[in-house]
Amino acid sequence: MIYNEEYETLPREALEALQLKRLQSQIERIYARVPYYRAKMDESGVAPGDIKTLADISKLPFTTKEDLRKNYPFGLFTVPLERVVRIHASSGTTGQPTVVGYTKRDIAIWAELMARCLTAAGATQKDIIHNAYGYGLFTGGLGAHYGAENLGATVIPVSGGNTKRQIMLMRDFRSTVLLCTPSYALNLAEAMVDMGMDPKEMALKVGVFGAEPWSENMREEIEKQLGIKAIDIYGLSEIIGPGVAIECVEEQKGLHIMEDHFLPEIVHPETFEPLPLGEKGELVFTTLTKEAFPLIRYRTKDFSRLITAPCSCARTFYRMEKITGRSDDMLIIRGVNVFPSQIEHVLISIEGVEPHYQIIVQREGTLDTMEVQVEVSDSIFSDEVKTLEGLTKKIQNEIKDLLGVSCKVKLVEPKSIQRSEGKAKRVIDKRKI
Amino acid sequence: MKVEQIAIFLENRSGRLAEITGILAEKGINIRAMSLADTSDFGILRLIVNDTENARKELKEKGFTVGTTSVVVVEVKDKPGGLANVLQIIKKADLNIEYMYAFTQKSGETGLIIFRFEKVDAAIDVLIKAGIRLLSGEEVYAI
Repeated sequence: MIYNEEYETLPREALEALQLKRLQSQIERIYARVPYYRAKMDESGVAPGDIKTLADISKLPFTTKEDLRKNYPFGLFTVPLERVVRIHASSGTTGQPTVVGYTKRDIAIWAELMARCLTAAGATQKDIIHNAYGYGLFTGGLGAHYGAENLGATVIPVSGGNTKRQIMLMRDFRSTVLLCTPSYALNLAEAMVDMGMDPKEMALKVGVFGAEPWSENMREEIEKQLGIKAIDIYGLSEIIGPGVAIECVEEQKGLHIMEDHFLPEIVHPETFEPLPLGEKGELVFTTLTKEAFPLIRYRTKDFSRLITAPCSCARTFYRMEKITGRSDDMLIIRGVNVFPSQIEHVLISIEGVEPHYQIIVQREGTLDTMEVQVEVSDSIFSDEVKTLEGLTKKIQNEIKDLLGVSCKVKLVEPKSIQRSEGKAKRVIDKRKI
Repeated sequence: MKVEQIAIFLENRSGRLAEITGILAEKGINIRAMSLADTSDFGILRLIVNDTENARKELKEKGFTVGTTSVVVVEVKDKPGGLANVLQIIKKADLNIEYMYAFTQKSGETGLIIFRFEKVDAAIDVLIKAGIRLLSGEEVYAI
């Protein structure tokens, strides 16, 4: 099913013409209204009139989180605050929060994009949607909520936390669609079993999971444990929130980008030169229709590549490959780039190992050390020391094979790794650099 | 002639052992024999108790990883050479011992050795044929 057949299946030529028209008017508007952007463009020697083709976008300067922080809180808004109807903000754990604003029209577009996403995941107005994304300043909860309402589905705004109650409600309401982070989905499955329930007896048929990178193996695990289809959704608050890109239930292979509203680019992660279509690099977005808080060439720090091949679902939007790492999450251990998702991949591929893990990085003297803590489940436990030691060696070797960096694997008691109710905290970096 | 043993995974943290024995004490479960295998990072506590099923259930409910395995309990004379004789038989039959531990009975005349064999059924056959006395689960739980 396609929510907005006209736009989502627009022939590429018409789509690109629409993108160019929207891009040009967006750049003109921003140049006229935001002194900070105007100064940056002047500095790069580019004027709105220089954007004659979509490729000309590479003439424009990038925007980074740093620019957002410098203009905290409302410096990059292109409308007066009286036209802004909603503010969201990032948690700001690594610095000042990032603040974003929406006009009435922005909210309406966001609700449509989210409805498109839910439809792509197979949801309809008949569904009962359990929305466990956090409500509040985080865009996840309210973003998904408006989309679900727009679709006409019945939305349960349960937000995060109180897992037992969530499960009870999910069971009693016969919820059919689950929205939360992938790590929380596994947390829910585990809690259901602990409560003596069979997760497969729930009415759930599909889950739309996002807000953190997750591996294909984790998808299999979620699908197996909950007996549902697990769909990846992508978004970031700076661009709009959830609803920037979605996997279709037909393929579950790459996420269709809502290209009529966002223009994607892939750039080299170090030189920031645009890369040819299909190559892997850092994902960059320009918003085409945002009113309150448009962004030009925003560097997401997410790594992906664009898939241009036609999709069996009939959407003409290019797909972005599932994100497996963010440069923010990336750890550099003794000079080697390590993504937590790679560790996760190794763990889940070993029979019986559950995806509850944590990575502890420390610096001893001048040497970085990485410890991977893995919970001992019943299925991998043995009364023999050699079996457990064999298992830790096996994990160590496979991580070394995949990443080229050695680590120590430590087996820990079940449930000793904190369960997330939102984004999982996979890495504890104790290095003082 | 198999005896049920439970094994519990332990991180090397202070107080874990006390917690486990506390849980068992509270439920009136009696420990018959125990051994702790430890490495620098973790330990495996092996217990023979008078109520295996309940012990397993209680510990699992408290969040421990618990497994059950079958072991063989052999009676040996409490005098020099008592154990050597049994080990000779095991060696001749080419049976692999994963680990073993010992405890004594109240009477003090015989010692009990608990063996975890790689092939438990084959080991029981060999030992019985050699005239070694094995204790049944009921006997061990009732000690």
